Amino acid sequence: MATLTYRDALNQALREEMQRDPNVFLMGEEVGVYQGAYKVSRGLLEEFGAQRIVDTPIAELGFAGIGVGAAMGGLRPVIEFMTWNFAVLALDQIVNSAAKMLYMSGGQINMPIVFRGPNGAALQLSSQHSQAWESWLAHIPGLKVVAPATPADAKGLLKSAIRDNNPVIVLEGEMLYNLKGEVPDGEHIVPIGRADLKREGKDVTLVCHSKTLTVALKAAEQLAEQNVSAEVLDLRSLRPLDEAAILESVKKTNRAVVVEEGWPHAGIGAQIVDLIQRDAFDDLDAPVQRITQADVPMPYNKLLERAAKASPEKVVAAARRVLYLD
Amino acid sequence: MATKVHMEALSPTMEEGRLVKWTKHEGDPVKSGDTLAEVETDKAVMELVARADGQLLKVMVPEGTTVPVGNVVAWIGKPGEKVDGDGAGAPAPKSQRSAVSGAREDKPAPAPPSASPRAAPSIPANPSPPIAPADATRVKASPLAKRLAKDAGVDLKLIQGSGPGGRVIKRDVEAAPTASAATASAAQAPAVPRTADRAPRTGVPYEDVPLTQIRKTIAKRLAASIGPIPHFFLTTEIDMERAVEAREALNQQLGEAGGKISFNDIIIKAVALALVQHRACNAWFQDDHIRYWNEVHIGMAVAIEDGLITPVIRNADQKNLREIGAESRELAGRARNRRLKPDEYTGATFSVSNLGMFDIDQFTAVINPPEAGIVAIGSIVAKAIPDGDRVVVRRRLRLTMSCDHRVIDGATGAVFLKTLKQMLENPLAMLL
Repeated sequence: MATLTYRDALNQALREEMQRDPNVFLMGEEVGVYQGAYKVSRGLLEEFGAQRIVDTPIAELGFAGIGVGAAMGGLRPVIEFMTWNFAVLALDQIVNSAAKMLYMSGGQINMPIVFRGPNGAALQLSSQHSQAWESWLAHIPGLKVVAPATPADAKGLLKSAIRDNNPVIVLEGEMLYNLKGEVPDGEHIVPIGRADLKREGKDVTLVCHSKTLTVALKAAEQLAEQNVSAEVLDLRSLRPLDEAAILESVKKTNRAVVVEEGWPHAGIGAQIVDLIQRDAFDDLDAPVQRITQADVPMPYNKLLERAAKASPEKVVAAARRVLYLD
Repeated sequence: MATKVHMEALSPTMEEGRLVKWTKHEGDPVKSGDTLAEVETDKAVMELVARADGQLLKVMVPEGTTVPVGNVVAWIGKPGEKVDGDGAGAPAPKSQRSAVSGAREDKPAPAPPSASPRAAPSIPANPSPPIAPADATRVKASPLAKRLAKDAGVDLKLIQGSGPGGRVIKRDVEAAPTASAATASAAQAPAVPRTADRAPRTGVPYEDVPLTQIRKTIAKRLAASIGPIPHFFLTTEIDMERAVEAREALNQQLGEAGGKISFNDIIIKAVALALVQHRACNAWFQDDHIRYWNEVHIGMAVAIEDGLITPVIRNADQKNLREIGAESRELAGRARNRRLKPDEYTGATFSVSNLGMFDIDQFTAVINPPEAGIVAIGSIVAKAIPDGDRVVVRRRLRLTMSCDHRVIDGATGAVFLKTLKQMLENPLAMLL
C-alpha cells in the first residue's frame, strides 16, 4: 500500500487498465504532450504513444462523439474533460448517444466509455467554472455516475468504470487532485453502486460524496466535541445509488443530514431525502436536513464564495437541528 | 450555560398557569427536584420543581402573573453566571403551546423586563416559518416516536413533546413511563365479554370491548338526540331506616376514636359494591369501544369555591367504611384548598354527587365523561309511608342515577339501582 495523491491514483488506474487491455485509450484536451491540465495523464504518452493518448482540439462535442463511435466499434475510450463545465457542450453525445445506445439498439451495441474530469467548485473560478453537475448526469437512465472522494476510491472506481460495458461518468475535483491517501497496489477494484461508511456513529447520519466527504468528516469531528456521534456515509456512486447502505444507517441513527456541492433545487440530496422519507419513514425522528451550495451562481468574491459553499459549520448546525439540540 | 425554567404543563389540559408564589428566591441555591414555585393551573395549585442544580439566578415572572405554558419563568445556573435577557419572559419559540397563546391578542404576555430594542429587527440565520396554531387535540410526533410509543404501549397524548411545536420525539417517548402489562393483557381479552357478569378479580384493571354495530347505532342516534352524551335518568326512593340505625351503631362503636362514618361514606361503599355486581354500569365510553372496568374507582363531587371537582376514591369496593370516610374527608379538604394532584381527580369509573346536606329532595347530576353514570343523592327526609293498612313515618332518600345511553340501557341501569337500593335498605347485604 502506497500513499498517493488522488491525481496519481487516477494515473495508476489509467496506466494499469491500459496495460491490461489494449483497447483502452485516453482522449481529451492537453492529455498528451502537456500530460493533462491537472497532470492526471503524466507519463502516459511516453509509455503508450500518441495512438492511445490522443490530444484533441478544443471541441468537446466532437471528441465526445468520436469516443462514442470508438466504443461502438469495440474500443474502450476514456474521455477527459478539462472540467465538467466544458462537458456541457458534449451533453448531446453523452445523453442522446452514449446513454441511449444499448437501449435503442435493442441490446446489440455496448457503450464501454468513460467520461471523466473535475466537477464542482474549486477556488474563485466564478460562476461558469464552479458548477456541480451530478444531479444533471445522475438523472439520465443509461448512465452510471461515480464521485470518488479519496485516492483509493478514485483508483478503484476508475478501474471499475473502464471495465464497465456501460457509459460511466467519473466526477473528480480540482481540489481533490492533491489529496493524499493510502492506495492499495495493483488490482484494487471498488464496485460501482457501493457506498462506504467512512466514520461510524450512532446519533446522526451525514450523507456525502466527493468533496463533501471532507466537509462531513470535519463536521463529525466538531460534533464529537459536542458529544454527538455522527456517522459519515460516503455514497461514492450516485447512480446506481446504494440505497440499502443509506437506509441501514438512517435506521440506526434515526436522523440524517445530506451534504452536497450542487444547488438545492432538484439536487442529488433531494433524491436521497425522497428515499429516506419513503423507506425509512417510521425510523425518522426528525425531518431530514440538506446542506447544499447556496441557490445562486457561484460568486467570484472569496468571502461570498465561502459563504455559498457547504461548510462543516453548516453541517454541524443542521445535525444539531435534527437532534433537537438548539 | 444557565438553564431556563419553563412554565410546565402540570395538568393534561393546562395551557397557562398563574404563578402564585415563589418558594425560592433569587440567589437561593436549588437542587433538581426542589420546589421553586406554586402554580395555579386550571385544576389545582401545583408545585413547579427545578430541573437543574445551581442557584436561582433570575426570576422572570412576578407573583400573581399568568404565563402560557412553555414560557421562561426563571433561570438556574452557576452563581454569577449571566443569563440571556433577550428571551426573558417571552414565549419559548419552539413551543407549540406558547405559539398558540402568542396568537391570542387579548391575552398580554408578561412584559420582558429588559426588552432589547436591538433584538427586534435582527433576522435569524435560518428563519423558520411561523408555526400556525395547531389543532390542540392533534399530537405532533415524529414517525419514529409514534412507532416507539405504539410498541411500548405508551399514549402519545400523555407525553410532553420537546421538539419544535411540541413535537414528541424519540427521547420524549424513551423518558415516558411505559404502560403496565395491563394494556397487553387487556388486548388479549375475549372479544365478546359478558358484561353482565360480576367483575372478575383477575388483576387486570379493565377490559376494552369493541362497539358492536347495534351499540354504534345506539351511540350515534342517541348522541344526536341530546348533546354529546345522551343522558337518561332513573329515580328511586330508598328506605334509609336501617342505614340510619347501622350508622348510629357503628359510630357508637367507634366512640371517641374519631372518624365518624357519614351517610355519604355508606352510599359510596354501597355504590362501589353494586358496581362490582353490575360491571355494565362501571364503564367508560371511548368513541369506538367501551371500557368495562374491573376496578371500581368512585369519583366524589366536591363543591369548591369557584366550581367543583371530583376527587377519586380508588378501589372503593375493597375499602371499609372507616377507610372511605377518612379518605373522602382528606380528599375533600384538599380539594377545597385546591391542593389535589392530577392523579387524585382523574380516573374515576363512576361518580357520586351528594346535595343531601343542602336539603335537596332530588336532583339530576351531569355525567362526568368518559364515565357512563353518576348517582345524585338527595336529603334523607322523614315521610309518611303506607304500611299495610296503617301509615308509618320512615326516613327516606331519593336517589337519581344519570346514565349514558350509549353504554347503559334503561333496564341495565334499573337492575344496578335495584342492587344499590337493596344494599342501602339492608346494609348487612354489604357484608355478602
